[in-house]
This record gives sequence, structure tokens and C-alpha cells, in this order.
Amino acid sequence: MKRLVILGAGTAGTMMANHLSHELDKEECEIDIIDEREEHYYQPGYLFLPFDIYEPEDIVKSIREFIPKGVRLLNDKIEKVDAEKNLVLMENGDRLHYDILIIATGAKIAPEEVEGMKGDEWHRSVFDFYTFEGALTLRNKLREWEGGKLVVHITEMPIKCPVAPLEFSFLADSYFKNKKMRDKVEITYVTPLSGAFTKPKATAALDHLLQEKNIKVETDFAIAEVDNENKKIIDYGGKEIEFDLLVTVPTNKGDELMERSGLGDELNYVPTNKATLQSQKYQNIFVIGDASNIPASKAGSVAHFEAEILTENILRYIKGEPLKEEFDGHANCFVETGNGKALLIDFNYTHEPVEGEFPFPGVGPLRLLKESRMNHMGKLAFRWIYWNVLLKGTHIPFVSATMQESGKHF
Amino acid sequence: MEKIIMGKPIEVNEEGYMTNFSQWNKEIGEELAKEAHIPLSSRHWQVINYIQDEYKKEVPLSIRKIGKSGVVDIKEFYSLFPNAPLKTATKIAGIPKPASCI
Repeated sequence: MKRLVILGAGTAGTMMANHLSHELDKEECEIDIIDEREEHYYQPGYLFLPFDIYEPEDIVKSIREFIPKGVRLLNDKIEKVDAEKNLVLMENGDRLHYDILIIATGAKIAPEEVEGMKGDEWHRSVFDFYTFEGALTLRNKLREWEGGKLVVHITEMPIKCPVAPLEFSFLADSYFKNKKMRDKVEITYVTPLSGAFTKPKATAALDHLLQEKNIKVETDFAIAEVDNENKKIIDYGGKEIEFDLLVTVPTNKGDELMERSGLGDELNYVPTNKATLQSQKYQNIFVIGDASNIPASKAGSVAHFEAEILTENILRYIKGEPLKEEFDGHANCFVETGNGKALLIDFNYTHEPVEGEFPFPGVGPLRLLKESRMNHMGKLAFRWIYWNVLLKGTHIPFVSATMQESGKHF
Repeated sequence: MEKIIMGKPIEVNEEGYMTNFSQWNKEIGEELAKEAHIPLSSRHWQVINYIQDEYKKEVPLSIRKIGKSGVVDIKEFYSLFPNAPLKTATKIAGIPKPASCI
């Protein structure tokens, strides 16, 4: 009897539990999944919660609901992984032996990395929307806010869902227009990169959105400090930007468990083979989703595509066959542009997002890199797909794990 | 597009960033530094070598991270490559400017 242990029951871990419980013979391999939390959050919903588009109950369900029968869910905190001895050491003293380990512990915000970010103004006039608590307190703030300088800010790359802060700016524009107070709000988008858009095709297709929505952009801003007293952010070069309301995306890091276990890099991401998803150091450890250091976007769609390939590779590993070097960094993301419209982007390690049709070349019905209502409906429908199709590891028809080049205008 | 550096055609993008790292060598780095009006010292080279190593490992670069690398602190990084240090240093190093997904 072999034992396979999955660390983390978020999007990636839950999908792997479902895939593998279908594929593996229960007589030969038992599957455990460990997560200290009770709730599963639909993280794309954090974008909509602040604007009263979603309610908290739309985006929170119990982890247990999505773990298949035959997979043991352990609701405990992990102290450490001892990769040399193939052991997971639990905080309650239990020791769990594994033959295969899947790390799916995700990424989270680390506001303490920037001086003053988690200061007196945290969740008063300085907010994140990458946590449930942050998104909810921001919603309450926005409901009563009377206007002023709204600064939407990215600390440093990489972050989960790199387009989310841009979407937040677009949705804020719509939100304040609907509240008939857009003239009282100045929106500034602050990025450490050289532009709001950094890929040539997307810049050409989308740069007009910022002007249309009257969003100011500050580029190359490497934040050194949040000045709570004077309500401004200051960069290492001495540039200062004042705010009345700061919505920031703090530094993102992998789980501290990786640091405690000596498995992570300086941001606690696990060094991983970008084509096979095997750990670079241990053959019986695999990494999926935001927890890895592969140069793909940290997004649910990436985890979904990875899950199909990783499942195949786990089966090959058990049989002693060579692993498939197939993952191409495929990501597929809806991008809200406000006013009931959205874009769709589809890209991988080597191809930047371009215009075209999806999923059927020449037909669509979704348009790549172009605003449409249909794309927005797609994004809203996606919540249902997430809870009912994606987490269960069901293949989404016509959408393949590796990126298709046809139907795209390169 | 192409640009002639040291008598050789080099692949670059519209902003002058090299798009094919295998074409880079020290002499080209010196030439790109001259264009940016930066005389390269051994400290500059230590930083350039570090960011090239990170690029080869496919690790995303940021100013904060370079400051924590132990190779250079942020104050010195700004004094070596004034104004927009990451932009300038990546350009001289022959690697792409740090980017997002769109």
C-alpha cells in the first residue's frame, strides 16, 4: 500500500484530490489531504466583493464539501515536512509517512514586507483585496467613502492574478459612476513595472481603456514605505504619492511551511520543473498552483491545466515511467473592464495574449483581447463552473490543457 | 528589429532591450552602458552578473528583491544605476524588462 499526501485543500489541492481519487486504485494507494482551514474561498470573488457585486456567501463554502469519498481530509496544522525522511510532521505530534507528496499550499500576501504597510491605517485607509477579510472591510469602507484620492497599487511581482489590480481600477471607475460620484474620485494606478500593460499586443489593444476611464498611471514605482501619518506612499527614488484610500497588493509569498521545511526559495516558492511539475530537489515531491516558482501566472486556470498534466505524471511516476514534459504555462483569464464588459486572454510561457476567438477558431463565441458583454457573462458564469465543474476535476469541454495556436492572430 | 552594436546586428525591441540573450557579451554590455551614460565599475558588473543569473533561473526581478539579495543594497543600486535602476540594469544586462501577463 502506497500513501499519497496532498498539502493544501485550495483550488489546486482539491482538484488533485478529485482527479487522483478517480484514477488511483484504492487498494493500492491511499490519499490524504491536509488543510488547517475549514473554508474554501472562491478567490476570484475577492475582486467583486468590495463593489457589492458578490455577497460573502457567494464565495465561501466548506472545504469538506469538495473532497471526494475515499480521500481522508485532515483538518490540522502542519509543523514541518521532513523531505529526507518522507514525513509530514503535524503540530499535534502526529507523523505521517508519504510515498508521494503534492505541495499545493498556495501563495498569500505579506504586507509586513513593506515598512508601514501594516501600520495604524491598515484596514482603515490602507486595504488589500487579496484576502476575504481585506475585501470585506474594503467593501464596508467603500459603502461610506465620500471620495478623494484612490490609489491602486502593486508592491512587487510576482503576484497572484497579475491583472486583478487593473480590473479593480476599472470596476472602481464603474462603481463610482453608478454612485454618481465619479467626479469626486481621482483614480491612480501605481505599478513597479514600466506600464499598466507590458506586453506589446495588449498595450496596443488596451491602452485606450485607461484614458477612457480617466485612470492615471504611475510606473516604475518601487515602494519603500507607507507613511501612515501623512497618508502617502514613498518609493526608493524619493517619489511620493498621496492617497485618501490606498488599495494595495502587498508582496506575495509562498506558505511559511516551505520556509520551515527548507523547501522554498527566498519568497517561499518551491523550485519546480516547469514542464513536469516535479520538485527540482526531490523526485517524489510534486508542486502545483501558486506554491511553485515556475514562470507561469499565479492563477486558478493555470492550476486547472497543471492538474490534468500532473495527474498523468503521478500515474507515470507510480509505474516508473518517464514523466511527460508537457506543461506549457497555459493560462486563460477573464479580465473585467467595468461597465458590464470583460476581456478574455489566453497565453502561455512563449506566447503573449493576442486577439482572436475562443474556444472555436474563427467562431468564438468569446473574443480574445477585446471587450465584450459575452466575456463578462463568461466571467460571472465561471463562479458556477468553479464550484460545480472545476474543483471536481471534470475536464472543461473544448478547452485543452496546453494552449491552442489556431484562432489566434499572432 | 535589429540594431548594429560593435559592428554586429543585434536583435532588440522598440525600446532597445535585447530580445536574444545569446547575442549578449561583455563588450555589448559596455556599449549599452555607454548609451545609458553609465561608466561600468566592478560593482556594476557584480550586479549585472547577479541579475543575469536570476534571469537564467527564470526568477522574476524586482528592486526590493535585489535589495535583499546581499549583492547590493537598494541605496547603492540607485547610485549605480540612477533614476530607474531596474530598467537600466536589465537593459545593459541584455535581458527583457520585467513584465506582467498583459
